[in-house]
Amino acid sequence: MNAAQSAPGALPALAVEGLTASLRLGGTWYDAVRDVSFQIAEGETLALVGESGCGKSLTAMAIMGLLPDKIGRMSAGTVTAGERRISGLTEKQMEKIRGDAVGMIFQEPMSSLNPVLRVGFQIAESLIYHRDMSRRAASKRALELMELVRIPAAAQRFRAYPHEFSGGMRQRVMIALALACSPRVLIADEPTTALDVTVQAQVLDLLRGLQDEHGLGILLITHNLGVVASNAQRVMVMYGGDVVESAPVGAFFANPQHPYSAALMSAMPRVDRATEDLNPIPGQVPSLQEMPAGCRYQGRCPLRVAKCAERPPLVAVSEGPHHLARCWVKAPPPGEGA
Amino acid sequence: MLLDVAALTKTFHGQEGFPPRRTSLRALDGVSFQVGHGEALGIVGESGCGKSTAARATLRLVEPDGGSVNYDGQDVLAAGPKALRTLRRHMQMVFQDPASALDPRQRVGDALAEPLRVHRIAKGADLVRRVKAVLDEVGLPAAAAERYPHEFSGGQRQRIGIARALVLEPGLVIADEPVSALDVSVQAQILKLLARLKADRRLAFVFVSHDLGVVRYFCERTAVMYLGRIIESGPTSTLFDTPKHPYTVLLRSASPVPDPAAEVARSIPEGEPPSPMNPPPGCHFHPRCPLASDVCRAEVPPLRASDAGRVLACHNVE
Repeated sequence: MNAAQSAPGALPALAVEGLTASLRLGGTWYDAVRDVSFQIAEGETLALVGESGCGKSLTAMAIMGLLPDKIGRMSAGTVTAGERRISGLTEKQMEKIRGDAVGMIFQEPMSSLNPVLRVGFQIAESLIYHRDMSRRAASKRALELMELVRIPAAAQRFRAYPHEFSGGMRQRVMIALALACSPRVLIADEPTTALDVTVQAQVLDLLRGLQDEHGLGILLITHNLGVVASNAQRVMVMYGGDVVESAPVGAFFANPQHPYSAALMSAMPRVDRATEDLNPIPGQVPSLQEMPAGCRYQGRCPLRVAKCAERPPLVAVSEGPHHLARCWVKAPPPGEGA
Repeated sequence: MLLDVAALTKTFHGQEGFPPRRTSLRALDGVSFQVGHGEALGIVGESGCGKSTAARATLRLVEPDGGSVNYDGQDVLAAGPKALRTLRRHMQMVFQDPASALDPRQRVGDALAEPLRVHRIAKGADLVRRVKAVLDEVGLPAAAAERYPHEFSGGQRQRIGIARALVLEPGLVIADEPVSALDVSVQAQILKLLARLKADRRLAFVFVSHDLGVVRYFCERTAVMYLGRIIESGPTSTLFDTPKHPYTVLLRSASPVPDPAAEVARSIPEGEPPSPMNPPPGCHFHPRCPLASDVCRAEVPPLRASDAGRVLACHNVE
């Protein structure tokens, strides 16, 4: 169903098909991410946006096989990185994939770095583990990577500990670590949310540069629509575990189709223009146990109709073939009025 | 002027390393601002610029080293314990994380009644009535009084935090990142609530935030801080539409805008705000400033009036 952007014949850097992730709450399994499909071409950034609890981070965790044991599981779907199928693997096999075929960076680099190991060694360790490099060769490459992510005085800071770095510099270390094995795809989960805006701009600029150079595909998970506008080519909006809209960035910001996307935009105060009035979305996201059947946004939606009791499909809106929405009113399937 | 803060200074002392070395951090270096009745002043800047310290020092939650704070003609810094308690009734605070500002074992109703009891403003039926009224004003049902903070969502908890600040009917609310922990849709609910309260009660606000969009919506005037000093201030919309100080320009261009056609800040200078432990001499911003000249490295630029109600501290921009 997805708008594949890659050249014909080229394998996408990451392909996710029908991913469903479930969480166990009080002994019952609930689908927290439902039937998510997308592809990311090499050199492309796909942004996954939504508010807390919409399932965006859970999607990333499912892709990486990091769902919490016993209370989380990927109940359906396949994940392919390049030509390698990476879903349905054992933990041991997954360990070989993470940091190799797929790189990851998270919001809080301090919790991903080992506080008692020197940063240079932590980068080198990935190369020793995945690439069977000697300590010496790995250290040399690690230093190059620190220079690549523009850490000033990299040679001196190679032997520093994570706490000696600022937040922005730590995130650069994480990026160096994620890129050590030259993955084709990088999953970045709120990579700049904990950073100040000027540092955020530097880190995003660095990511764009690395992407241009290495043809990296990026899954950018964020709640910040401003970050989406300046960094992604395509965007997917999630609500209650469903992808409710998927579109090229230009079309999305010019003409958001799903009522939730439109509401998000008019709830956001902007720095570049006077905001006369904000339009909050009434109510809040229902908990997993209280999710309504059918469209999960119906309880807060001004356009609700009787048909919303059934789950709408994700189909093209009239605006363009690559612009999809999951809404009976805004995107009725061909031949079916709302 | 309802609130007049002048030349506030604060240095924090600590020690670091082994053998221990004494360190000092100048969090406030001569900060001045005024807020009128019913007016919101935004204070923006990046981590460590002193914006939270400025807000807290106004209430003496952090004791400033020097300067003066006047609230409605009363000297806040000279006030003794009793006078200070009376003053604090009029100057209330709303925090970023209401979960940590509320006692988890205290019912919401008791949390709201406590300030009324402490200040001996109400008791008995009057107290119950006031608690109900303030809950209603912030959009919570009366039944909320019987429940505990953990039973509420983040947005509702912030409503409780606001209710507790309002129950004493203050003239000034100091809000430190009050919507930063909230999702966009809930953030808009709380911002609208605050805007309504500001208009209905003619409340004045000192509103600390790192989000320029939020400040633009809520605050008539804004001050930009960098390493303990205000470097530019003025009417919020002019400040952000035509920033003058090179740091304001940088902050504004680095703030993401939800418009793919907007120019992306490609020329963010390398480097981060230097540590406030050891700020550079002269203008603190000079190591990152594209306009820096010799005078910037040697002399602190004074804050002086620019056009259209703006104040600016820069040697090289008029």
